[in-house]
Amino acid sequence: MAYLKGKNLVAAYGVVPILHECSVEVEKGELAVIVGPNGAGKSTVMRVLLGMLEPTSGSVTLDGNDISMLSTQDRIAQGLAFVPQTKNVFPSMTVEENLQMGGFIREDDISKTIEEVYELFPILYEKRKQLAEELSGGQRQQVAFGRAMMTRPSVMLLDEPTAGVSPIVMDEIFSNILDVRNAGMAVLMVEQNAQQALNIADKGFVLVSGRNEHTGTGKELIKDREVRKKFLGG
Amino acid sequence: MSDSIDIINAFALLTNFVILPALSYGSQLALGALAVTLVYSILRFSNFAQGDSMAFGTMLVILISGYMISKGWTITGFPTAILAIPLALVGMSIYLLLMDRLVYRHYRGIKIKQSIVGITASIGVMFITGGIVRFFLGASAQRFGDGERFIFSVREFKAFTGLQQGIALKTSQFLTITLAILLVAFLFYFLQKTKTGKAMRAYSDNKELALLSGIDPDKVVRITWLLVALFTTIAGTLYGLDKGFAPQQYHLLLLPIFASVIVGGIGSPIGAIAGAFLVAFSEIFLTYAYKKFLIYLLPLSMHPNSLVQLIGTEYKYAISFVILIIVLLIKPTGLFKGKVIVDE
Repeated sequence: MAYLKGKNLVAAYGVVPILHECSVEVEKGELAVIVGPNGAGKSTVMRVLLGMLEPTSGSVTLDGNDISMLSTQDRIAQGLAFVPQTKNVFPSMTVEENLQMGGFIREDDISKTIEEVYELFPILYEKRKQLAEELSGGQRQQVAFGRAMMTRPSVMLLDEPTAGVSPIVMDEIFSNILDVRNAGMAVLMVEQNAQQALNIADKGFVLVSGRNEHTGTGKELIKDREVRKKFLGG
Repeated sequence: MSDSIDIINAFALLTNFVILPALSYGSQLALGALAVTLVYSILRFSNFAQGDSMAFGTMLVILISGYMISKGWTITGFPTAILAIPLALVGMSIYLLLMDRLVYRHYRGIKIKQSIVGITASIGVMFITGGIVRFFLGASAQRFGDGERFIFSVREFKAFTGLQQGIALKTSQFLTITLAILLVAFLFYFLQKTKTGKAMRAYSDNKELALLSGIDPDKVVRITWLLVALFTTIAGTLYGLDKGFAPQQYHLLLLPIFASVIVGGIGSPIGAIAGAFLVAFSEIFLTYAYKKFLIYLLPLSMHPNSLVQLIGTEYKYAISFVILIIVLLIKPTGLFKGKVIVDE
């Protein structure tokens, strides 16, 4: 049984069906990537896993426990963390305050976790008194990761972390994601840059019209002729 | 020698009739403007009920202090209203939370533009609140300040300094400026340093992400109304102690308060304070008759015959709007970078 598993998810926005029996899963210390064309339901999978959208059927389990009935806040408390694609920092708060807000639900001392985030992203320590809105795109993304890590999650969900950034920043962000994975977390991300994402992924899910079209390790999917032709441009 | 005395006299005159009144009026506006800013930042609408809520808070103070005076529970020197504030605060908090439960919460649940729906709902609350106040206290003006009227009077000041012109410090002015400083310091400490205050700022900054961080939106809304109750009750009471209580006057206060908020930058607490003082000083500086002031400063041959009043006091509300228009034309985000009103 995988650590986080969304099984046979069916979901709709109003009467418009989005997901049809779609399944994704990720293990601890593993990076899984969801790729697919626009409108395939990639972000919807995330929303269902987080409890921001109620599925018509299907289940979400974390470490074997069914969390389908929990609210988003309760799932966060259970160890899920989410970095949205846009608006993923508190712009008019300092870097440090962003991290503090990330650890809002924790009752214990969060200063050690803040230290850990600074160790992982040293630039954030230098900029800790600066407002998040004053940072560059890449740095802001690090604040977003840092904020999500403050609950010491076991699963990190990332929605298109490299959308709209330059190739150099993209490499930086991917290397950050690998650091997070190597720290032992389960990382599940939705990604537009399918080629690069599958290159570093342990596992990949290709979604088309809300269905699992292909599933395999990142390397397998990149080699797959059909996947290459359809989604990776030849 | 006599020249420098004249200059001192001129400025004593100005302090007494312009600077001190403007400082206390500005402080009263600032407290009201901060309440509007809080509601705007958290609930995303401009609270039209602010002026009448101030009347409501003042009404509670008047009723409670009346009872206290009848029982002889007073303090020497200060108005009994000050003693009544804590209890009135409880009443005001209950009233605002009730209004939130009965009115605003319903509209928050509907996913439509809060800036429009909230304003419309608050106009309804404005009329209800104003009606309740008139029901209990009537529509006519009244004074409720007891105790000493002055910390020091013009006569005492003149005797002490030997100047021709005196400065009086009214008890209400002293209370206004002191309480305003304390409240503003408290608000900034609360928002910058406490976990709950930071959570409010986070919620105002990015609601979705605040929810993802486990911040309880209902608690944020409740704390907001409690802060609004605090600022509203005290602002209303201080304004009433200074200028007397009249429901219509409080209703109209909405205009300079909104002007302050927008001039300062919507959603910016520092902006609200700066805007309030800008509006207050402009109103009083422009409507003051400078004849006596100039007589002190100018040689006899240049003494003015007219009052040298730039604008009649009946136009004082127009001044807020002129400032508002100028700022919106030149710097639409306000003096301190505020939010531009857009719907999310």
